[in-house]
Amino acid sequence: MKNTTLDKLDINECAIILDLKCKGDLRRRLLDLGLVNGTNIKVIFKSPMGNPVAYEVRGTTIALRKEDSKLINIKY
Amino acid sequence: MIILLQLPGNPNVGKSTVFNSLTGLHQHTGNWPGKTVSNAMGITNFMDKDFLLVDIPGTYSIMSNSQEEEIARDYICFGNPDCTVVVVDSTCLERNLNLVYQILEITNKVVVCVNLLDEAKKKGIEIDLNKLSSELGVPVVGTIARKKKTLKNLMQNIYDVCSSNKNKKYFKIQYGDDIENSINILEKDVRDLLQNHEFNNYRWITLKLLEGNKKIISSIENYLDLKLLGNETIQNSLSKAKELLIKNDITSSSFKDKIVSTIMFHGETIALKVTSCKRLDYNYKNNKIDKILTSKLTGIPIMLLFFAMIFWITITGANYPSQMLSNSFNYIEAKLVYLFESFNSPNWLISMLIYGMYRTLGWVVAVMLPPMAIFFPLFTILEDLGYLPRIAFNLDGFFRKACTSGKQALTMCMGVTKLEFFIISLFVLHYLTDLPGFLQTTNIYYFISCKYYF
Repeated sequence: MKNTTLDKLDINECAIILDLKCKGDLRRRLLDLGLVNGTNIKVIFKSPMGNPVAYEVRGTTIALRKEDSKLINIKY
Repeated sequence: MIILLQLPGNPNVGKSTVFNSLTGLHQHTGNWPGKTVSNAMGITNFMDKDFLLVDIPGTYSIMSNSQEEEIARDYICFGNPDCTVVVVDSTCLERNLNLVYQILEITNKVVVCVNLLDEAKKKGIEIDLNKLSSELGVPVVGTIARKKKTLKNLMQNIYDVCSSNKNKKYFKIQYGDDIENSINILEKDVRDLLQNHEFNNYRWITLKLLEGNKKIISSIENYLDLKLLGNETIQNSLSKAKELLIKNDITSSSFKDKIVSTIMFHGETIALKVTSCKRLDYNYKNNKIDKILTSKLTGIPIMLLFFAMIFWITITGANYPSQMLSNSFNYIEAKLVYLFESFNSPNWLISMLIYGMYRTLGWVVAVMLPPMAIFFPLFTILEDLGYLPRIAFNLDGFFRKACTSGKQALTMCMGVTKLEFFIISLFVLHYLTDLPGFLQTTNIYYFISCKYYF
């Protein structure tokens, strides 16, 4: 088990979310999408530029930019 | 007497389709969150009673502060509906339950409409609706919005909820002892204060007071027409409750996090209990298509191909009707000139009215109408296929370099077809929620497309 941030994860790798380092609206938004402490997350594909990246969370696919995924602490 | 219903739900769950099938209105539906910009209203009749439906913007939650969520929240909390019909997507129940719980905390007159059952069946997902109903304590109806029969069942359940006079208990989510103790301190005083009031969801008001969101609190105060924070008893017990929270290591920001994650995990547990998935390969297949549509090697060429095709069809296809329109306008013009001359109208009048106004109008219509009539349906097809979010996903990296977001790729490619004047205004209404982003894109367009102006 290693602690890191979400942007370091590679395709098809799974991790568990620990916490969010952001505040305010962004934090609320990410929480609303289901990115809460203890949630499983998996990288499913990347866009042509490598940013944004699509993740599978709680049975749906969401896309996050690197600048946002950097703020999400995970362990895997 | 008319019965008031509202339809909240996550974005993209087929809410507008349910609304349209019930009311017979034709509201344009789309793939982007917040597509329902203003609240559409429509009337439907069931068992000789009129039901007024209010379509509420699609949101994932009603606890944040985006404009749509505030509209949705104000409607749900203070709209005084006879019944709130939460539309959820059966293919991702777990995420949708989040909103359901938030609404159940506010109101007890709820019917949950589990929509897109056909999609779920395709994916091999089965939902035990009875079990879900007993877990949530409210009626749950499965629907396929295109099939009227399922909607009849929905209306029957709504009718039953609206006509029952029983004062049902509010749904209670347990937030753990630390938070519950603080709630208990404050709830008593809120109950005393609101004793003679019709609004009796004391727990929800207590939660909002503890959360400390000033905007919601002042909305509540306005709605109830009394002062909560100005009341001394409430103020005292609120600070007592907050002290207790801090003693338990819960700050105001971790309080919100705890509330959100408790609701989320509650949804997770229930979703696991009531859904069973038989075809695990379906998502895999879908992901494969997505990978092809978004990969480095194939994503961009496929996208360009799609665009090229659409533009080719639009431009060549529009030539024929454009020519026809322009011919008929010319024909009418000649007749008009003849008519004016027969009245002995002065030359300046003819040149102003016919060669000026009429001819320009004819040109604009002949040039702009056909490509619009072709381009929009084509674009709608792409939208229905769900390809537009993939385009945005593919292009976001590039658009970031120009400090805008991938979403704007859509508006941009429309601008290229010389329709930008109309489309900008249409699209601004529908897609762009952020003003700065909008300003950036429009600035870019004006540079691209000024060559098209007269």
